[in-house]
Amino acid sequence: MLSSFTPSFDWIPSTLLTSERSEAKQLAGRLWLEHQLPLTPKQKHDFLSNGLLTTIPAMEKHWWGWACRKCGNKTQRHIVPWPCPCGNPCYYCRVCIEMGRITSCTSLWLWTGGQPVWSKVANACTWKGTLSRYQQQGAEAIVQAITEKRSQLVWAVCGAGKTEMLFPGLEHAFSLGLRVCLATPRADVVRELKPRLQAAFPHVDIVALYGGTEDVDKGALFVIATTHQLMKYADAFDVMIIDEVDAFPYHADRNLQHVAKRAQRPDSALLYLTATPRWKMKLLSSFNKLPTVFVPQRYHGFPLPVPQFMNSFDTEKAIVNGQLPFSFRKWIITKREKQRRVIVFVPTINMAEQLAPLLHEAIFVHSEDPEREQKVADFRNEKFNLLIATTILERGVTFPSIDVAVLHAGHHVFDEAALIQIAGRAGRSAQDPDGDVVFFHQGKTEAMLAAKSEIEAMNIRARKGGN
Amino acid sequence: MHCLWCDEELIPNVVWSTFLAPVKKRVLCELCESQFERIKGATCKQCYRPMEKKGVCIDCQRWNENGASLKRNVSVYSYNDWMKEVVAKWKFRGDYVLGNVFEEKASEVFSAYYKATEVVLVPIPLSEERLAERGFNQALMIAQMLHAPIEQPLQRIRSEKQSKKSRQQRMNQANPFEQPSPFYKPVVLIDDIYTTGRTLQFAAETLQQNGCPHVEAFTLIRG
Repeated sequence: MLSSFTPSFDWIPSTLLTSERSEAKQLAGRLWLEHQLPLTPKQKHDFLSNGLLTTIPAMEKHWWGWACRKCGNKTQRHIVPWPCPCGNPCYYCRVCIEMGRITSCTSLWLWTGGQPVWSKVANACTWKGTLSRYQQQGAEAIVQAITEKRSQLVWAVCGAGKTEMLFPGLEHAFSLGLRVCLATPRADVVRELKPRLQAAFPHVDIVALYGGTEDVDKGALFVIATTHQLMKYADAFDVMIIDEVDAFPYHADRNLQHVAKRAQRPDSALLYLTATPRWKMKLLSSFNKLPTVFVPQRYHGFPLPVPQFMNSFDTEKAIVNGQLPFSFRKWIITKREKQRRVIVFVPTINMAEQLAPLLHEAIFVHSEDPEREQKVADFRNEKFNLLIATTILERGVTFPSIDVAVLHAGHHVFDEAALIQIAGRAGRSAQDPDGDVVFFHQGKTEAMLAAKSEIEAMNIRARKGGN
Repeated sequence: MHCLWCDEELIPNVVWSTFLAPVKKRVLCELCESQFERIKGATCKQCYRPMEKKGVCIDCQRWNENGASLKRNVSVYSYNDWMKEVVAKWKFRGDYVLGNVFEEKASEVFSAYYKATEVVLVPIPLSEERLAERGFNQALMIAQMLHAPIEQPLQRIRSEKQSKKSRQQRMNQANPFEQPSPFYKPVVLIDDIYTTGRTLQFAAETLQQNGCPHVEAFTLIRG
């Protein structure tokens, strides 16, 4: 009975045989729906009768209900009955419907013609830069994890240069002919990484997959994808790298964790990259259950800016009354005098809207803003000097030389991870490594204190020489 | 219950009045519900297009010059960006249950205009290919919400997607409907969207040529 609760992947037919067929690369490692297969009806029929393709039911029936095999969903309110033309009592899954409807009468098509042989690419990396001492340590740990096919946590501070740190590991993997996936919860990170990685690995076939992408995976050696896109894969990758593993929505979504696990081959390396691991991962790390390498210093070698706390008990009241909070006003005036560029983080969209008219020439962005990308690009191009943002800008975006303020830092949306990430926006460039980070609060919270001590601990670790 | 669109949990407000006279179960949260835009104010008498003042719009005048078969259209919602998103998921992605979010308002507006006992509903049919692809006919689903007798005398012979065409292309196409046997009752055609009116006019024409005395239309959205 217990076995029907634990997810199992034994429905995926796996084989150790290899195949030289040209279709293998594109078709293997995927969960196909019939209409999505890049084959003619005759080919489909032939492959099915030759055993090169196999069909399996797309949903599992358990005594407690249905489970969707494509997205791993087991929440019964997302699996609903509908009058299917099949005539039988039929259900479909609402979680993965954007990727093609899965009903209890559909079949998944899987390649069973043998594992594809990936061509080895020697000396694939053409990046000529050098890694810092700590980056080097991280890179070595990554190479080792790939060789030993194990899991590894890379705990690297914001601005450590994680992408460059991956290059030796990626080069190593490609030279062995291993298929690599770099998955991240955020589509804008995928969009940003693709050109950088393609420039560093010009001879490797790379595809970037996210909702609305134009790339099609025709059997690429290196797949950069949002974690949602992994719903299409099963038993596919020899190396799985999950970037920003603690970010929304991956860390809270069981289905995404399920599909990420399913996308890995049985003997594969698994790398987690993050600046702010959640407590579960920290626990595994501190009990040595998850090998961990720290990268406590930024690529430019300067310490992380430590946040200052400034009390501002009039924050909410002042903003509602159309005034700037007193201490914040003083701070912003000094920044204006020094012509510094500033990002102000606020907890809610509502507060962003109220604050914007109070600050001269300020622009605000939030998650539902259709012009979000344009506004961020304008700020990057120095068209204006003050940006008000909700937590959507906490990760992934890098502006070379800015100061950061958090208004109402005690609000519950600013948890420890968010505050560390926000503090990590300042001082990103080697020319200007000391950004100012200020938390304006109405009483210090645990999260604020934890964030500060975490940052200080990393700086101490860096001074002492790492691990 | 959870919101059918954003999956937010719906916690009903229990006060004495709702306890004594239970209200209808909600399917959407308040925020999602408020994004839909009902058509209000003055509209074209014939096609329900929102207008500055009552009258007949230019498009309908043009239809009338050519002898329009469809006498009137009634719609519920206007086609804003939010609605486009919902319709895309419901119709094109095939999220069947999402259609239920329209049930309450659709039957409310329908019963304000028609008596269920006096009309026959005819949902616009899909071609066989399209039905196989989508799995359900959205027009039939709307018709089933309205608690009136449904008949399906029409068949669709051609199957191009309307939503992929320009206005010009839509207006110049040939009639995609046929009707194997005559039908002598007054009809309310049911469809999801009234855009140019071309499809509904064709269906009305076909019905009228085969004996139908009077054709009107009820559509969920006025595009």
